[in-house]
Amino acid sequence: MSEIRSELKYLPSHEWARVEEDGTVTIGITDHAQSSLGDVVYVETPEVGASVSAGEEAGVVESVKAASDIYSPVSGEVIAINDALEDEPEQVNSSPFDDGWFFKVKPSDLSELDDALDADGYQAAIEADE
Amino acid sequence: MGHKTPLYQSHIDAGGKMVDFGGWDMPINYGSQIEEHHKVRHSAGMFDVSHMTVVDVTGADARAYLRALLANDVAKLDGKPGKALYSGMLNEKGGVIDDLIVYNLESGYRVVVNCATRDKDLAWMEKQAAGFDISLTEQASLAMIAIQGPEAIERTKQAATPAQAAVIDALAVFTGQPTDEWFIGRTGYTGEDGLEIMLPGDQAPAFWQALLASGVAPCGLGARDTLRLEAGMNLYGHEMDETTLPLAANMGWTIAWEPADRDFIGRAALASARTAGTDKLVGLVLKERGVLRAGQTVVIPGCDQAGVITSGTFSPTLGYSIAMARVPAAAGSDATVEVRNKQLPVSIVKPNFVRHGQSLI
Repeated sequence: MSEIRSELKYLPSHEWARVEEDGTVTIGITDHAQSSLGDVVYVETPEVGASVSAGEEAGVVESVKAASDIYSPVSGEVIAINDALEDEPEQVNSSPFDDGWFFKVKPSDLSELDDALDADGYQAAIEADE
Repeated sequence: MGHKTPLYQSHIDAGGKMVDFGGWDMPINYGSQIEEHHKVRHSAGMFDVSHMTVVDVTGADARAYLRALLANDVAKLDGKPGKALYSGMLNEKGGVIDDLIVYNLESGYRVVVNCATRDKDLAWMEKQAAGFDISLTEQASLAMIAIQGPEAIERTKQAATPAQAAVIDALAVFTGQPTDEWFIGRTGYTGEDGLEIMLPGDQAPAFWQALLASGVAPCGLGARDTLRLEAGMNLYGHEMDETTLPLAANMGWTIAWEPADRDFIGRAALASARTAGTDKLVGLVLKERGVLRAGQTVVIPGCDQAGVITSGTFSPTLGYSIAMARVPAAAGSDATVEVRNKQLPVSIVKPNFVRHGQSLI
């Protein structure tokens, strides 16, 4: 059974978003996503300073099995990327919601996340897939 | 739900993640494909390959039949009981219907073909049997376990009976021997030493358990694919199919041209293609970040015709991506591959990347 955290927002394409206390948004892929992809070997994130748009492609995660696009749940400016994934992409598998985060965004419109799924909605989306 | 091998419950018990593979429910991994891959390179891993199809060929004309059916020549096995031979089974146009292993048994021959091609293989073998005094007997009740890696033989002997261990000790590479209802072959699909053991399905779960107890790691189809790719071994449906000549699939060495009067199926078509020249199957190495995948286009400098990747993956042993690709004969040592709108430079090498745990790059 995959872990789903109640405090996060989700996209049906299996990204999660966490609104931090300072109003920034951290983005990664879910436990369900890492489990489906298998061993992650490369992560391509946007560069710091780049702008991303809600629902648009912002990077790629490659596992041994397949490549998968990453979509940003919010629009805004990328203010940090997880450099550790360059040497240890396996953190996406071992800690998808914590050490395996991909990038942080300073959102231009946080209300975009109102359209994202909550934990129950995401759980339902996964079950509908299976 | 697909077919289940006798080891289905063993996979579930070991945490196997089951997927459909050619109509069979098979484990893709038991957690981490990369860890399973490393187990085989450094220690010992085992694969359930019971889905593969085993057909025994017996009868007075068995040898003559197989000499007509296969591009390689079973006459090479004469006087060598237990010896194995790898061959393509071709159609009249020289295309590969399947690749297979044939063992010389005292009672005839044992042929092991792919599961996804089972129905068409059996139909073809039946059709070509006309005029030959032979019987084809599928051994559907057999399970098959492949134990692979530098410690595979020692650990398997610990799990086996003394009589079975004695058979294993006497096995030369690429030979097999029956012992009671078992057939033990020193063959594999990983580039490591190891065994492939056929045994009655009802005995398979207990033997699997004994192998687990002697420290052999269960490995899924995911690791099987990365291991065979590193070893430069073809996968049917990727490196070759019915429209591919063995000459264009790095299988030229499996065509026995001599004796010249052996008229195997596909010979005439292959002989013309050999004169005219064919594409070739090569290895690709990508040292930059990125993963080569099947279907990507290979651009050869100075050549109008492009090539295509037949299999690609991240290589767990090498730490970068490798692939096999079919390219024009004129290709040299460099090419580029388009990965997500970027042209990445790759080196062209022999399709053989890792053997016995060591990099060949």
